[in-house]
Amino acid sequence: MIRRFLLLMCAVVLMIGPAVAENLNAAGATFPNPIYQKWFSEYHNAHSDVEINYQGVGSGAGIRQLMSGTVDFGASDGPMTDQQLAEAKFKIFHIPTVLGAVVPAYNIPGVTGSIQFTPQVLAGIFLGKISNWSDPAIAKANPGIKFPSLPIVVVHRSDGSGTTYIFTDYLSKISPEWKAQVGTNTSVRWPVGLGGKGNEGVAGQIRQMEGGFGYIELIYALQNNITFGTVQNAAGKFIKASLESTTAAAASVKTMPDDFRVSITNAPGPNAYPIASFTWLLIPAHWNDAGKRTAVVDFLNWMLDHGEEMTNSLDYAPLPASVAEKVRNRVKEIN
Amino acid sequence: MEALPKITFAPPKAAAERADSVHAVPRPAVRLAPVIPPAGRFADRIFKGLVLGCAASVFAIVVLIVIELVSQSRLSLRAFGLSFFVHSNWDPVSGDFGAFPFIYGTLVSSLLALIIAVPLAAGVALFTTEMCPRPLRSTLSFLVELLAAIPSVIYGLWGIFVLAPILRTYVEPWLAHNFGWTGLFEGAPYGLGMLAAGIILAIMIVPIIASITREVVTAVPRQQREAVLALGATRWETLRIGVLRNARTGIMGGIILGLGRALGETIAVTMVIGNSPQISKSLFAPGYTLASVIANEFTEATGNLYLSALMEIGLALFIITLIVNALAQLLVWSVTRGMPARAIG
Repeated sequence: MIRRFLLLMCAVVLMIGPAVAENLNAAGATFPNPIYQKWFSEYHNAHSDVEINYQGVGSGAGIRQLMSGTVDFGASDGPMTDQQLAEAKFKIFHIPTVLGAVVPAYNIPGVTGSIQFTPQVLAGIFLGKISNWSDPAIAKANPGIKFPSLPIVVVHRSDGSGTTYIFTDYLSKISPEWKAQVGTNTSVRWPVGLGGKGNEGVAGQIRQMEGGFGYIELIYALQNNITFGTVQNAAGKFIKASLESTTAAAASVKTMPDDFRVSITNAPGPNAYPIASFTWLLIPAHWNDAGKRTAVVDFLNWMLDHGEEMTNSLDYAPLPASVAEKVRNRVKEIN
Repeated sequence: MEALPKITFAPPKAAAERADSVHAVPRPAVRLAPVIPPAGRFADRIFKGLVLGCAASVFAIVVLIVIELVSQSRLSLRAFGLSFFVHSNWDPVSGDFGAFPFIYGTLVSSLLALIIAVPLAAGVALFTTEMCPRPLRSTLSFLVELLAAIPSVIYGLWGIFVLAPILRTYVEPWLAHNFGWTGLFEGAPYGLGMLAAGIILAIMIVPIIASITREVVTAVPRQQREAVLALGATRWETLRIGVLRNARTGIMGGIILGLGRALGETIAVTMVIGNSPQISKSLFAPGYTLASVIANEFTEATGNLYLSALMEIGLALFIITLIVNALAQLLVWSVTRGMPARAIG
């Protein structure tokens, strides 16, 4: 019985084996990992001859693996720096895929509604200048809500992450003091607060501690029914983060640079949510292996045609049509 | 029936052959050493080689680790020199790195764990060996060893969801109220912080220290206890003079093993220590350890200097473990110097 089963398995393997003509390896950002896994699996279902393995090892590790040539392409939540691009031995295209947003979450006993945050309040809290919920700056932005006198317990990510990159990029844009003192990175030297590991660590600490306040990914907040505040955008409107307001932020960027390395935090649109960002696939511009090149180009076109429709079910914001069109032209340049 | 006589005949024949072969080799009559046939000598040599290889591999692994750590942290070593180990700033944005808060956090959390765990473990070990009713003994030992089998991430989760709220609502306000004057228990009671890390680590190393102490105490000869008792000692004096004094080398060994685990423990500590590179006298304040910062920042570290600084953090952890172990060995040596080797080392 067992021998017959093994023979059958061998036969199955032999039959499937040659069918997968192209096997691509990719690694990088963890934030888009769920949607990438879905895309690569759906694409494999539609094109059984191509299999793409993606490992969510982190943006930094993804960039390193791409540059050292251990993967075919990478993925990152933050664009590669000029220095990194110069160090790479080959040309790399940034291909924006989906958008993410970061939201402020809090735990104030007695306050159930959505709190409005101005940029000054957000920067003040994270710089340690606003340390109590009864601060007049918070009350001023929220007429009608009575805040208790309660110390603010700031919680930030302890692990390096794209979420931190987006949030600190936003704070650097709206607060010159933050930019000078702290800056933008996947990990920074926080002036105040406790570090929690992952979205779940930050959200867990906020939930446990009265007066807790921190930033988490929009997707995590939506999927776990966490209440979060609205943020005042560059146009002066308080916007609640959603897939629409995130895509609106991407659409409102006036000049999209040719290499797509653009920060869309504090975007100018009237309905744009201000703490949002693209996430990118990092694709080599030139491929020696014609089979792999065809597979990658075909996948990217499939992503633009079909993949973007799948984003909403996983709470990712799709690319705006204008950006998708530009990406399509860029994909044609892969040779 | 035919087979039987053959079998009965075989042993004497073989014995005779063996006797002949021995006889054939000319030997000095006085030599009484066991006779090893050439094949056995060859096997012995192979075995010796194999065992030697195993021992040498440990040495090679350590050397390779050092070489790799040093070569990977070259950039950071060149940029910051030795001041890396005493510098307190850790700023990935401006590329300014110093390991001191992490070294401090690692040492303090481990020390705190030892302060809590050693008396507890010694108590557990003494009770199970000296006073425990026999039926309870194996159950208790089993439970203690079960603690060692729990994965550290489970300890971390338990720390976040059970220990931290208890510390925040009951323990820390009480400590601040009664012992706030020491300066060790000041500031906002977050629950998460150095104290939580020390407690989690203590729970994790208790089984290691307790089980080794138990083995060592069991091995102390019964006559030692009886001799002390015969002199009219109380139970406590018997334990102190007859048992603990004889077993102290072994107990120190257990403590060193526990300390080694505490220094390197990563995920459970990361989940409860608060991850903030600061040096504070208060145990309520968040801290950071060497192992935690590597686990937290390595995957997203971009930039060669940043990566190199994280590698040097690894080097610092390696060196600290080495120094602490050397100090502990020195301590053991100074305690046992001039003592007859009575207990198990």
